[in-house]
Amino acid sequence: MARKLLLEHINVPGINTFDVYRSKGGYAAVEKALKTLTPEEIVEEVKKSGLRGRGGAGFPTGMKWSFLAKPEGVARYLVCNGDESEPGTFKDRFLMTYIPHLLIEGMIVSSFALGANTSYIYLRGEMMPQIRILEKAIAEAKAKGFLGKNILGTGYDLELYVQPGGGAYICGEETALLESLEGKRGNPRIKPPFPAIAGLYGCPTVVNNVESIAAVVPIINDGGEEYAKIGIGRSTGTKLISAGGNLKRPGVYEIELGLSAEEFVYGDDYCQGIANGKRLKAVVAGGSSVPILPANLFLKTINNEARLMSYESLSDGGFATGTMLGSGGFIAYDEDQCIVRNTWNFARFYHHESCGQCSPCREGTGWMEKVLHRLEYGHGKMSDIDLLVDVSKKIEGNTICPLGDAAAWPVASAIRHFRDEFEWHVTSAYEATTRNYGLAHYADPLNAVVA
Amino acid sequence: MKVTIDGFPIDVEPGTTILNAARMIGGDIVPPAMCYYSKLEGSGGKCRTCLVKVSKGSEKDPRPMPKLVASCRTTVMDGMEVQNITSPEVIEARKGVVEMLLINHPLDCPVCDQAGECHLQDLGYEHGAAKTRYEFDRRTFEKIDIGDKIQLHMTRCILCYRCVFTADQITDHRIHGILNRGDHSEISTYIQKAVDNDFSGNVIDVCPVGALTDKTFRFKNRVWFTKPVEAHRDCDHEKCNGKVTLWYKGEDVIRVTARKDEYGEVEEFICNTCRFDKKKTADWVIEGPRKVSNKSVISANHYDTLKPLPVVKANPQLQQANKEQFERETRL
Repeated sequence: MARKLLLEHINVPGINTFDVYRSKGGYAAVEKALKTLTPEEIVEEVKKSGLRGRGGAGFPTGMKWSFLAKPEGVARYLVCNGDESEPGTFKDRFLMTYIPHLLIEGMIVSSFALGANTSYIYLRGEMMPQIRILEKAIAEAKAKGFLGKNILGTGYDLELYVQPGGGAYICGEETALLESLEGKRGNPRIKPPFPAIAGLYGCPTVVNNVESIAAVVPIINDGGEEYAKIGIGRSTGTKLISAGGNLKRPGVYEIELGLSAEEFVYGDDYCQGIANGKRLKAVVAGGSSVPILPANLFLKTINNEARLMSYESLSDGGFATGTMLGSGGFIAYDEDQCIVRNTWNFARFYHHESCGQCSPCREGTGWMEKVLHRLEYGHGKMSDIDLLVDVSKKIEGNTICPLGDAAAWPVASAIRHFRDEFEWHVTSAYEATTRNYGLAHYADPLNAVVA
Repeated sequence: MKVTIDGFPIDVEPGTTILNAARMIGGDIVPPAMCYYSKLEGSGGKCRTCLVKVSKGSEKDPRPMPKLVASCRTTVMDGMEVQNITSPEVIEARKGVVEMLLINHPLDCPVCDQAGECHLQDLGYEHGAAKTRYEFDRRTFEKIDIGDKIQLHMTRCILCYRCVFTADQITDHRIHGILNRGDHSEISTYIQKAVDNDFSGNVIDVCPVGALTDKTFRFKNRVWFTKPVEAHRDCDHEKCNGKVTLWYKGEDVIRVTARKDEYGEVEEFICNTCRFDKKKTADWVIEGPRKVSNKSVISANHYDTLKPLPVVKANPQLQQANKEQFERETRL
């Protein structure tokens, strides 16, 4: 069994209460950080650990922290991005529901490292139970002197607030999140300036994912170098993967980065294979925005090497034959699933969630959704497939925020890898409404496909 | 700071945007802008028509920028090299943006009051394909009156947010904004006819399309049949200096607008009294006809200087030939 850093005590009864969490060694990182380390040393530890942002982009957290502007007399803020709304991703919700004190401990250490005296945890509006849980945990920590004025007698003050959003996917984009936190309409800002220079209320701000902040706790406890030993290459540490879809045992797993993809899908410690004795057809490896891959390309890279669950290995092959680790929302599709319908479903989501600020995304997402709807319901034309590719290209890279890219990639990659299934939906339109395309050649050994 | 746009070098102040640097050079290399408005702080970056390629970041860091950037919101760096119309990538992206802007636009130019001075029309002619690939129903909205003299035809709106910034920055308080999100988002006051402000009429001038129109002018005339004349009056309003353009049809002033520059941006915002209530020649001091660019359809009925038609010279050879032919035919 692999090492667990975040979910080590997840099965201890009552771990969501302060006393049990403390008895399992919780809040040791706060004591260590506040009493023995300086903020610069913490940032240095995080840099050494090689921790990369767990929200999707994979930007090194330590580097992000060191970019934070530190002008005199201006408040700095740490904002925790808990607006987890990517279809397929539910790791942060799991973490906050069952072990809320880990996040709060991480917030205290990180806020101390960044010199923030007010920090926010921004949650999606739909996560009302988690808001209650976190608020209870904050009250407990405050009662024990880990929050508020003069924490543990070190003279450091920190107020922690939980703020629910209105329930918009776009508010997971960091600048839209800050707008929403300020009480405005959640439209992404135009960068530059980046939040590290002018973020919340125009002050320097760091926005980090829930899991990134939680991962600071084991880094401080064990030291950055120890953390960096876990994992492979530049993908260090452990990662929460929320596995869903047609798996025998879906759920949230903490994996050491570098675990082989085959082991993750079929291993006994993990998902235990595909449910109901079906075969794997396709995989979305990191939440709905990352390119979808057929089973053969997911398990093996184009060079016939085993694919690993790490930032580098999953993106091996670029957009042509690779994907991304993203936020860790792992979705498996068995042979009975229709890729066209799934792509339409994703496009519908992005159409619904586009903020409507910039034109390519606002108009293009709706257009793609309508074309895909037509294909799925048997009214499509052969030219629609190329039209979709063209529209997705016109959106990609031309928008203010990454939502445009996130909407374009699943469509473009589904057509790239499953073009014959799309064509079958046009040529056998009636049949396509009565049955699914099936597995076809999507799990065949690679050289048969990429000849 | 030195910046090169499509091969044209120019020296600009630090903090200038690429778009403004291009406007200083002028000509065809100026990127089109549907949402950027130089008089409104914070505008721009939304429509994506002004995308340009930065092929060299700066003298210090010569790497090109990975994506196309919105020229209206990107400031220049020393030694930056920008490609606008010389980059096929930019032309392609802009064509895509224009197509996107038009797929939900009703294309009702024949009955639209903005036709002839519409930025989207110009942009469509310049970049758009003649045919659309969009085969679905367009989004539609009911027309509403957002003020007693301003009508909102949301179906035409391209969501540039200019009117929102105008209401924020020019008027005392803003009571209209964007409702909903995505392609069903709309400009709305929530309560109809709620906009009553001395400067609210300026939202009509800043609107790049025919979404916000002047109810005192609606369906009165096509703009290219009217004659623009510059005029001013002594306005009581402390923020308005009364410099306007009067649009004449025959003897009547049928519309009053602020004066606009070559990029369609108003030079000075005017108050509602000047715009809606002063529609007699006697109210104004006439300065003279307004110069209209010969690229504009409005100039079709205007002549800068009267050039008499050239007199046809007598051609003896041709006259002789005609005479001979006439004789031949009568003989037969």
